Amino acid sequence: MKRTMLTGNSAAAWGARLAGAEYVPAFPITPQTEIIETLALWIDAEEMDCRMVTLESEHSMITAAGAAAATGVRVFTATSSQGLLYGMEMIYTVAGWRAPFVMVNVSRGLSSPITLEPDHNDILAARDSGFLQIHCATCQEVLDGILIAYRLAEHERVRLPVIVNMDGFHLSFTREPVEIPDADTAGRFLPQYDPENIRFRAGAPVSEAVTVLGGTPYSYFRCEMHLAALNAIAAFDECAADFADLFGRRCESVESYRTDDAELVFVMIGSFATKARAAVDSLRRAGIAVGLMRPLLLRPFPRDRIRQILAGKKGVAVIDQNLSVGMGGVLHTEVASALYGVPDAPPVLNSFIGGLGGRDICAEEFYEIASVTGKAVAEGRSLPPRLLFTGQELVEIRRLQAIAKARRKNLNGGSNER
Amino acid sequence: MCAGCGGLEAVKEIYDIIGEKSVFINAAGCMTLLAVYPFTPFPGSWLYTAMASAPAGAQGIRDALDILLEKGRIQPEEDLETVVLTGDGAGYGIGLSATSAAIDRNLDFLYICYDNEGYGNTGQQTSAATPYGARTATSKGPHGYPGHKKDLFAIWAAHRPAYVGTVAGAEPLDLARKIGKAMEISGPRLIIALAPCPTGWDFDPRETVAIGKLAVKTGIWPLKEYVDGKLTHTIIPRQRPPVEEYLKLQGRFAHLFEPERNEDILGEIQKRVDDYWEGIC
Repeated sequence: MKRTMLTGNSAAAWGARLAGAEYVPAFPITPQTEIIETLALWIDAEEMDCRMVTLESEHSMITAAGAAAATGVRVFTATSSQGLLYGMEMIYTVAGWRAPFVMVNVSRGLSSPITLEPDHNDILAARDSGFLQIHCATCQEVLDGILIAYRLAEHERVRLPVIVNMDGFHLSFTREPVEIPDADTAGRFLPQYDPENIRFRAGAPVSEAVTVLGGTPYSYFRCEMHLAALNAIAAFDECAADFADLFGRRCESVESYRTDDAELVFVMIGSFATKARAAVDSLRRAGIAVGLMRPLLLRPFPRDRIRQILAGKKGVAVIDQNLSVGMGGVLHTEVASALYGVPDAPPVLNSFIGGLGGRDICAEEFYEIASVTGKAVAEGRSLPPRLLFTGQELVEIRRLQAIAKARRKNLNGGSNER
Repeated sequence: MCAGCGGLEAVKEIYDIIGEKSVFINAAGCMTLLAVYPFTPFPGSWLYTAMASAPAGAQGIRDALDILLEKGRIQPEEDLETVVLTGDGAGYGIGLSATSAAIDRNLDFLYICYDNEGYGNTGQQTSAATPYGARTATSKGPHGYPGHKKDLFAIWAAHRPAYVGTVAGAEPLDLARKIGKAMEISGPRLIIALAPCPTGWDFDPRETVAIGKLAVKTGIWPLKEYVDGKLTHTIIPRQRPPVEEYLKLQGRFAHLFEPERNEDILGEIQKRVDDYWEGIC
């Protein structure tokens, strides 16, 4: 085990290397590209016994990944944002093949407008696909999460592909101290993939993903997938316990920070949750009893654990880094569905939407969220979703628009006409 | 499947040669309905992918088999021929980029495109393979389809793959020789099979073989192959009957004959066939 400074992308590449990935179908996209470049370098230097193939699209890349996994090799791949959506047909399709492999998604806001900076609308678009989802907050978690993801994907009661998610820029390009496990210990945690009955071989013909006629066989396969995904809740705990035994680091399916005696709880996923964590410490110093709950595992949804952590709290503020247009935050509705009708459920569940396209959520905004939620508790009612966007930001946008307008006027010889 | 399916005729003849040491990687189309859970007519393996990415599925399987062979986790006798099976909708259109890229990567695979000249499985709408003047579910006007059939053979051959061939189920000896040859070489090997379609082309199912033979005789479906950088016509129709003998058997061209002959369109179709063969025979 050695400790070094790594970007999230390097940590992801180390995860794939230590997992003994044998096949990497690839396609570049910012901010993910550094992952496949790093792997390509190791493969060329013969430091990694692996085959990489660059496909012509993410749609083909995910097809090749699923097909290779269905033939019985350990597969790794990575994408982001527009790429994930371009491949979305195959995300659903290969999950149905029940062929385990791991894909990293480096979150980035979706077009339009086109941007490079992060939010979670990309990864949440894959929410219902059958891929399991692990959401990371640190570079260490990216590496650890990939190793755990392979164990989970290949688990005999699961057999589903897994997406490990990290935020573009904030993790992908940010160096943090990371402990890199040694290869032997990683190999003990994750022995060679045994595909069992998942294979294509001469003399043992199989037909995969054939047509079904009617709702009954279709429902049969969809229900099987759902039950397998639910098995992954207990399987995650098993894998995380083994991981902790070998490496001394414990990944919880839902992280809870200073929640035991908290009255208010922030709920967030991903790297921006580290900002919430810092705000919790500041608010605690000011005497406000706040905690943070951060689901690492989003699919399957660890409903019972979330209920446990939030039981008896006075108010919850879900801070979504995504926007379901015309509705609000996706995580908020998921938490609400877990809590509804539960006897000890918090009476107030507020929704805040921030960090879209990488917009910062500053400490003062967390204090305001705590204050607003505290007032809602006093008044005994939850508030409608609030979008974090300040008056000052609007002034900035208006100023830029005015400059652009004035320049156009100058170009047109003083006329406003185009 | 429909009675008299020319695509099935070709696929059956091809499968008899390829055999069960194969995995068929299928794209959305008529043949997708051959394997319906929990039954399949294929003695070998099968993977349904999606409409656009069957060649990428072949890439994943071929690469995985090669990795397993290299590492000794499977024996050479367990190896499989990876065969992409698509219709013309996938082959000429939505899947063309994936095919082009698979050839770029020199993927060792066989591609079988059964060409029924339209989106047959959804009721014969116009595809990039639809011939000039044909009536389809989306070209029902008096002149039929105003575009011309895409030359997929030339597009594939421009990539300089190991093998490209055209076949027709109605010419089984020519078909058998070509598939046999393709099986003996490695690299990208691509076959377009004419698939006379009683339902989509509107003819009596008993005419499937006759229509296939006429397609070859009139010269509208040239049987040819591209191998080692060289183009060869494997059957040269020296005495070509007029192409309308082929057209008039099919309801999709009936508007060119009734209520009156459309000499412009018939002449244009014949001219294109004549131009093609000029200098060849």
